[in-house]
Amino acid sequence: MKRTEHEVISSWIDNGASVLDLGCGDGELLSLLIRDREVRAQGIELSDQAIHSCVAAGLSVFQEDIDTGLSDYNDGSFDYVILNQTFQQVRKPDFVLTEALRVGKKVIVGFPNFCYITDRFQIFFHGKVPVTASLPYEWYDTPNLHFLSIANFRDYCSRKDIEIESAAFVSKNKRIRLLPNLFGEVGLFLLSK
Amino acid sequence: MNELIQKLTPLHEVRVPTSRSIGNVETKYFNFANHPNFLPLELGEEIGPLSIAYETYGILNKDRSNAVLISHALSGDAHVAGTHWGEKAPGWWDDMVGPGKGIDTDKYFVICSNVLGGCKGSTGPSSINPQTGKPYGLEFPLVTIGDMVNVQRHLIDYLGIEKLLAVIGGSMGGMQVLQWMVAYPERIRSAIPIATALKHTPQQIAFNAVGRQAVMADPDWKCGNYYGSSVPAKGLAVARMIGHITYMSDASMNEKFGRRTKPEKQALKFSDEFEVEGYLHYRGDNFVKRFDANSYLYVTKAIDYFNILNGHNLENVFRNLKAKVLVLAFKSDWLYPSHQSQEIAKACKLAGVEASYCEVNSTYGHDSFLLEIEEQAGLISNFLKTVSNGHFNGSHEA
Repeated sequence: MKRTEHEVISSWIDNGASVLDLGCGDGELLSLLIRDREVRAQGIELSDQAIHSCVAAGLSVFQEDIDTGLSDYNDGSFDYVILNQTFQQVRKPDFVLTEALRVGKKVIVGFPNFCYITDRFQIFFHGKVPVTASLPYEWYDTPNLHFLSIANFRDYCSRKDIEIESAAFVSKNKRIRLLPNLFGEVGLFLLSK
Repeated sequence: MNELIQKLTPLHEVRVPTSRSIGNVETKYFNFANHPNFLPLELGEEIGPLSIAYETYGILNKDRSNAVLISHALSGDAHVAGTHWGEKAPGWWDDMVGPGKGIDTDKYFVICSNVLGGCKGSTGPSSINPQTGKPYGLEFPLVTIGDMVNVQRHLIDYLGIEKLLAVIGGSMGGMQVLQWMVAYPERIRSAIPIATALKHTPQQIAFNAVGRQAVMADPDWKCGNYYGSSVPAKGLAVARMIGHITYMSDASMNEKFGRRTKPEKQALKFSDEFEVEGYLHYRGDNFVKRFDANSYLYVTKAIDYFNILNGHNLENVFRNLKAKVLVLAFKSDWLYPSHQSQEIAKACKLAGVEASYCEVNSTYGHDSFLLEIEEQAGLISNFLKTVSNGHFNGSHEA
């Protein structure tokens, strides 16, 4: 699934652009974007292990919290700010996305869709909080702080006057076009203000 | 099998099995700033001639592109690694610098010089003033971190190195790294400031000020004219004891000493009883044997004067910098707390400098940069590798 997501993100990014990846992990996506899009890459990440991997890969990375790390940057410092699979994990997604749209000319957000068909089944038939490929954590041990659906996010964007320039949905490593709020396991959005 | 292990282990965890000490090394001297070409100093005076103690390890490659300059901290010297003939103790960063170590002398040509104003071979207040034939004492002009780095730049010129692969240093050494980044950005390909600050804060100045007062309150100090008679040992030892308190952390002191006391009965009511007292005393007395009290005054003053933002704002202080930067801080360091390193990182962000910031877990306090070797060595060696290969942020330097 990660591979298709990364391909979608890469397809939205112009060659030679500057990119800030919030929660860049071990830098896999940034390394891909450097290779395929020749971007000027910068990451923000908290995990010690991940930071070490980034430094070893020659990536620029700041060890800090996404919730606070953006305030240092001037408006429009990057062509793209990426919040892939970290959007649902920040304490204040509303604040972080507003900041990302200030610091980046465009923002790419990717998150697991809580109303994916398997999640709905598990809630409906088992009466339990779903554990799936895109939401693999038990309720007592999850980094995810917020649970949202593709429909929730569209609503949010329209309420906040955030323009959705592009959207893509992925399930089981394939692009989904039909009824994404039901069949899309992951939603990806290219946003601008 | 080895290959398999390497494949299964993340890059930074690959331990180099052959790390060893560099062996016997010796200090060399660089003499310059002879009459009439004295070295102009930042605060308006000038000084010369100068003799600067330095050591080098490893081999400078053909295109002179593998030189790494290490800048030492307050009490450090040019002797970073290896041992001097007849001495047992290795240099102050021997765990970090050597063949197969974090700063690998099989790959890099490593240089370190004793700072201007120091007392370990470079011209300082204990050197002979050629105009009087006696030690300078307080006739030695005030020097700054900028002057120290200017001297290093002269040394690099003398060694025929156009561009350093990296300049690395912790604490006061980190200030020199920052100074390189601002004063000679075109002369460095990368910089690693460790556990340091853009400027000294009132709290940091205060600790240094108390140390200086301790030295000057010692009747043996005699306004700096103690050469040839007894040195202000008590004062300098107290200054060093204060220093050591600030270099450790609550946790590291707890672990090292607890509330343990010496088993034997105390001769006097207030002689050393707790282990921590004995330790500080030992450190203080040891320091007196190897450090000049006037140098302590001059060098701590240079640290207190340090403010890289002088005449700059945070946004433009690193504006001309093309070098890659790795900023390191330690979680338990309260003398140079991580927020000061984050400020350095912020300045890099604002200037669009390619930079990384990493906060290393360690309980050793400010001393971590000397003691927490493994994690630090992994970061530094991997960073140097990517800079040296020109493989940084995907780009390949011409």
